Amino acid sequence: MQAMSNQRRMLLRSLVAGASHAALGRALAAPPGSPGAMITRPIPSSGELLPVVGLGSWITFNVGDDPAARANCGAVVRAFFAGGGRLIDSSPMYGSAQAVIGHALAALGHPKALFSADKVWIGSGTRGPAQVATSRSLWGVPRFDLLQVHNLLAWEEHLPALQRLKASGALRYVGVTTSEGRRHDELVKIMASQALDFIQVSYNPRDREVEARILPLARERGIAVIVNRPFRQGALTAALARHPLPGWAAEIGCTSWPQVLLKFIASHPTVTCAIPATSKPAHALENMLAARGPLPDQTLRRRIVADVERIT
Amino acid sequence: MSEWWTYTLSDLLMFSKTTYFRLFELQNLALWPLQVLALAVGIALFACLWHGGARAGRVVALVLALVWLHVAWAYFAQRYATINSGAPYFALGFAAQAVLLFWLASRKPAPRLTEPAGALGKLALCIALLALLVYPMLAPLDGRPWTQAELFGLVPDPTLAFTLAALLLWRAHWLLWIVPLLWCAISCATLVQLDAGQAWLLPLLALLAGGARWLAATRAHK
Repeated sequence: MQAMSNQRRMLLRSLVAGASHAALGRALAAPPGSPGAMITRPIPSSGELLPVVGLGSWITFNVGDDPAARANCGAVVRAFFAGGGRLIDSSPMYGSAQAVIGHALAALGHPKALFSADKVWIGSGTRGPAQVATSRSLWGVPRFDLLQVHNLLAWEEHLPALQRLKASGALRYVGVTTSEGRRHDELVKIMASQALDFIQVSYNPRDREVEARILPLARERGIAVIVNRPFRQGALTAALARHPLPGWAAEIGCTSWPQVLLKFIASHPTVTCAIPATSKPAHALENMLAARGPLPDQTLRRRIVADVERIT
Repeated sequence: MSEWWTYTLSDLLMFSKTTYFRLFELQNLALWPLQVLALAVGIALFACLWHGGARAGRVVALVLALVWLHVAWAYFAQRYATINSGAPYFALGFAAQAVLLFWLASRKPAPRLTEPAGALGKLALCIALLALLVYPMLAPLDGRPWTQAELFGLVPDPTLAFTLAALLLWRAHWLLWIVPLLWCAISCATLVQLDAGQAWLLPLLALLAGGARWLAATRAHK
């Protein structure tokens, strides 16, 4: 991981001015290789390292043209980069989210650290390139790092087009997504037969179906894994928030339930990056803190699952 | 899109409760001081319902047509469309209802409003009052700022609630009930997903109005 720039430290200090975030400030200053350093995972097809926590934009960034809400989303993105984040994920399906991300990136001067992940979501393969061009324009990026076929929609038509885009140098990685356990049988077939850099699936202590077939296959095939809905659209964190954090949370440096959930996900060796969505800058920083420090071992992972299942 | 069946409503609702209710605030800020005119129009239409008769019926149909057109354009096409890709279709639905209301206003003889002396009339007036006075109170009752008040003529639900009262008194053709009932279902489903306390208010009003209309029609045929 690159050493944190002075500018990032300044941004972070202004964002974490509250005493409750003092620990975060110390953790982010941890040098690479130290116990508090950012945890990264390689993209198997290239070896490029990504922080294990990214940023989703589903619902939280669909705020239309509301100036106040856009400014707030901008603060979330700023906090995300200040916390060492890189991968931001969106989709044409998410309403105004792409435009709001573009607005935030422009306000931040298009951070070099950005790893832009978007999707193609349209039933017609012939209309895919136009949708990608629109998405790129909304983000304000010259090219996407990753484009994924959203929920496998018309993947037979879109995947070859994305592969051609990658071959031409206009795209770096290609992937497919599912969510909430949809169409896993078809996903397995695609993973087994197509050249994919990434897949995106739902995974958390309550939704672990992917552990059986999909994560092992991703490992075998050398496919990076993005994890969506780590908090079950907030339902999981809302249910857990009513209960005190167990004593074992301190063993892995967690001060909140969302951090526990993210560390659980990140501790699976095949997971490349989890993408929690939030509308609160402070939460974006807290989430990034989950990408640092110790991760749960197998024993603690089992305990997290047992406790989360018992509580929720 | 073969995978549509795998989506639930919560998957398709791409915005938060905060963002949804903030739309009303943005709408109120953008349209001020149109709220004063909307309230005045609402009171004038209420007076028409109270008065009853054919001439009042024509005026109500004509003004409501304009109001539905306004909501279609200013709310659905200009505001809601910024967060919901389905909003242009809702705008078309509201515009279609406006056309039906224009058609009703142009009919000869004019669409007569039942005099509100009976139970049917009292129910209609209660629904109209609720649309004008209670809907704006829902925001503060829910702990949200007054600036998010939902006003007749500016946003869909109170506009629709008032229209239900008119439909009840017009003995209108069943075609005029289609869009209002569809929007009741869509609005309720949206608000239920957003866990909003007012989710069932509009369907309840529609049930009361539709049920009363059906009972009155059944009795008239006997």
